[in-house]
Amino acid sequence: MSKFSKKAGKADPAISTASLPDIIFMLLFFFMVVTVMRESELLVDVKVPEATELQKLQEKSLVNYIYVGKPRPKYQNVYGTSPRIQLNDAFAKGSLEGEIPIFLEKHRTKISEAKRPRITTSLRVDGEVTMGIVQDVKTALRKSNQLKVNYSARARAQQ
Amino acid sequence: MAKKSSRDRMKNEVNAGSMADIAFLLLIFFLVTTTIDVDKGITVKLPPWSEDEPDITKLNKRNVYSVLVNAQNQLLVRGELAEIDDLRENAKEFIVNPQRREDLAEKPTKAIISLKNDRGTSYETYLEVYNELKAAYNELWEAESQRLYGVPYSDELPLAYRKEIKGKIPFVLSEAEPTNFGEE
Repeated sequence: MSKFSKKAGKADPAISTASLPDIIFMLLFFFMVVTVMRESELLVDVKVPEATELQKLQEKSLVNYIYVGKPRPKYQNVYGTSPRIQLNDAFAKGSLEGEIPIFLEKHRTKISEAKRPRITTSLRVDGEVTMGIVQDVKTALRKSNQLKVNYSARARAQQ
Repeated sequence: MAKKSSRDRMKNEVNAGSMADIAFLLLIFFLVTTTIDVDKGITVKLPPWSEDEPDITKLNKRNVYSVLVNAQNQLLVRGELAEIDDLRENAKEFIVNPQRREDLAEKPTKAIISLKNDRGTSYETYLEVYNELKAAYNELWEAESQRLYGVPYSDELPLAYRKEIKGKIPFVLSEAEPTNFGEE
């Protein structure tokens, strides 16, 4: 009896946490595999419309993003509240005809020549924006011969 | 001597307690910097830009399905006021023309959808209209695929099959330069 009680008293009461890092690492790897790096900070509010005929964008590296929407509240004192275009990390300031080709070329140089025809431009446009500004973007894209375009949308819940 | 051996045994155990903290830190970093939503959308092919005026081709009126959207987001389909909800069925009927009506498309290969909007049209409406027209074609392709091959239409279908289907019912959507009446 004394033998048992002695052993119980000596044993470390703490639960072994040695496997905790393994569990966390497992979670970590899950998130690393499942998620994509956020490519740039959003300066405009974008709530893309809903649609049903959606196609997935295949290769992330072949996609460049153009955002159109109302500037976020913290930029509104500088840029106002009317819809603006965001290319990469900054607002398009000059004329679109000048900025969009530069933006596209910057992305194009990073991609091997064989893959260049498959470059897609993803237009992430807020639903409340009027077509005028979207049309200007489309015209600029057509002029710089970037014809593959994806209108970003959310999946609509099926009734 | 006995003391030394006990110290050795102590050394062999590295304290792994902080390992979890490090892993947590990495985990939180990834949680913050990443986005889960996959990019989806409607893929379109824009027409190439040309400076000169497009040739005016005389089209038979019955083969053209004109959709006009104004700045108040109202639809005018073939000269009549229409609702977005009816667009899909209406467009399908126009393309296939099952009753061989005189005022609808002669055959699917001749059908052309003409979409024109205003600069004041909201993007949401525009995309919804585009989505419905695309859906009409997708449903027709699906039906054709089922009829010919007995399999649903998808991107996994062999290219030859898809070409065959698209050859029978080609997706022709022409977008005109938008009008400018209602942009604020």
